[in-house]
Amino acid sequence: MQHHIDAYAPITGKDVIEQLRQLAEPLRGMKVVHVNSTRMGGGVAEILHKMIPLMNDLGLDTHWEVIEGNSDFYQCTKSFHNAMQGNQVVLSDALLRNYEETNAQNAERLRPALEDADIVIIHDPQPAPLLRHFPDRKGTWIWRCHIDASQPYRPVWKYLRPFLADYDASIWSLSDFAQPLPHPQYLVPPSIDPLSDKNIDLPEDEIAAVRERFDIDPARPLITQISRFDRFKDPVGVIQAYQLATRFIPGLQLVLAGGGASDDPEGEAVLNEVYAAADKDPDVKILLLPADAHRTINALQRASDIVLQKSTREGFGLTVTEAMWKGRPVIGGNTGGIRLQVINHHTGFLVSTPEGAALRTRYLLNQREILESIGQKAQSFVRDNFLLTRRLGEYLTMMVILAKGHGDRVEL
Amino acid sequence: MTPGTPGQPFSFKDCTLTAIATGKRAQNLRELRDRLTSVDEGCIYYHFWGGRLRPQFDEPEFNNDFAAWSKHSLRDDVVAERLSVIDPTSFRSLEELRNEVIDVIEERLSERELIPWALSDQQFSFIRSQIVVFNTSSEIHAAEELATMIPQVPTSSIFYHFIDARRRTEDGRDDFSNWLQGLDGDYSDLVARLAEVDPYFVSLSDLRSQLADVFSTHFAGQAERSA
Repeated sequence: MQHHIDAYAPITGKDVIEQLRQLAEPLRGMKVVHVNSTRMGGGVAEILHKMIPLMNDLGLDTHWEVIEGNSDFYQCTKSFHNAMQGNQVVLSDALLRNYEETNAQNAERLRPALEDADIVIIHDPQPAPLLRHFPDRKGTWIWRCHIDASQPYRPVWKYLRPFLADYDASIWSLSDFAQPLPHPQYLVPPSIDPLSDKNIDLPEDEIAAVRERFDIDPARPLITQISRFDRFKDPVGVIQAYQLATRFIPGLQLVLAGGGASDDPEGEAVLNEVYAAADKDPDVKILLLPADAHRTINALQRASDIVLQKSTREGFGLTVTEAMWKGRPVIGGNTGGIRLQVINHHTGFLVSTPEGAALRTRYLLNQREILESIGQKAQSFVRDNFLLTRRLGEYLTMMVILAKGHGDRVEL
Repeated sequence: MTPGTPGQPFSFKDCTLTAIATGKRAQNLRELRDRLTSVDEGCIYYHFWGGRLRPQFDEPEFNNDFAAWSKHSLRDDVVAERLSVIDPTSFRSLEELRNEVIDVIEERLSERELIPWALSDQQFSFIRSQIVVFNTSSEIHAAEELATMIPQVPTSSIFYHFIDARRRTEDGRDDFSNWLQGLDGDYSDLVARLAEVDPYFVSLSDLRSQLADVFSTHFAGQAERSA
């Protein structure tokens, strides 16, 4: 569902929307084109579906183009994605040649849309080589990396780097993810949309219905982790933390909810370990939810007293942001972007072991006032820093600088 | 014309900041010192000042990122405490401020047998920033209007006029004080009260509330005295 910029004013305050309008004023009428590899599915498409109408609302002439490729192309780019996250992959010359040829073909198809654009934003590695086919480009070209590239598999990074180096700028989610490139590397953290099904306020009866559906007792405390069944998310460690905490809080319930693992053999193995660790405990609910179960996940987070994200490795950790937005304290693994969001005693607790997670769970459930106060601070922290409007403002700021200014300070 | 030009109406400005990775990192105190000698001056600005506008928790324990990293990642409380007392407003330029930070670190390096290290995933990343400053439609002509206007302006505008101004203006003061001193009337008490507001350890929204209190208390008292 698309929303107009003014729909965010009741949440962010009118001053934030007014600021966006003023910031967008010098960009009014500029042609901005986003390019990615899919219109449906995946986080990037989700972001663009929301961001583009808002940019148009603010007076920019914003468009979205999608590159097309065969199955070999997507196999290659999936491998790039894995390699950027540090996994070793083997790519044949034929796959790489196909990747470059696919981009060449798409460049011809997209030439009318991209050649004269004022700003072109290329998302992730799939369309990265397009730039080389536009020697007469008019505008500023920016490469946006949505991937945790803190430790990329070096041979693949070495292959991709020359395609990226010629961009005018790049955008990364965290400074730890940024790899050296010879142009300005802007930092724009991810954000959540407070009006999406994942995050919108829910009526109490909808939350109650979800509790009932999964046999969760509203009279007893509930802790939840929402994430796919992946070793880096440490779901077994979460069960261990729950088991340690139940010695002191016998009524405690745990929900582990995530997507299915049909296309991921590793996920299947982790899921089996999770079932074994839960040992048929009726108060541990292991839920395999469909990818579009946004309102269900929203309700589960709201039904929880505490949300855990006990990852041992994490990108930014948007599930943490989502839980905090719902006013829930988060007990999170001391890693990646979780550190940017979870501040000990203020928005939750960072932990390194199941024992640490159990200790903080006991503490918070025994200190209800503190639990409430941390939840409120967490929500306020997200409102100020990690909503979609904030990200939009950072994009606009960067565009103004690239279009209008030089140096560290641009006075409009 | 600067926002607080004496004798002119006070035109509120607003700003947004974007952060830029430099690719330079430090994993121990010596590397921090070495990188500090060569990083862009904008990094000094960002890690002392500009960070107030980035995603961060609003009740910072330290007033600069070097001190916070020394405490939380190097676990060297001594250097963290020494770095945290550096008052950036007391330096005429970012270069002088850079040199002070380097001096404090070198002093600590000379005291320690072993150099403190951070874990590899807790390295210090040097960041610089760019700021876009733009006009708002808010303008006031009389000092009394500050009391009603301040609660309404965005926190980023408070950052611009009360924090960023300290490195922009010749005397290192905020824009409100400069403007008040150019008006007819004696506002020295009010300027002294503003000087007592420490902008470093409160959120920008709390800072806005504190400033609103200072202005409303001052002008309410003035009205009572006149009555």
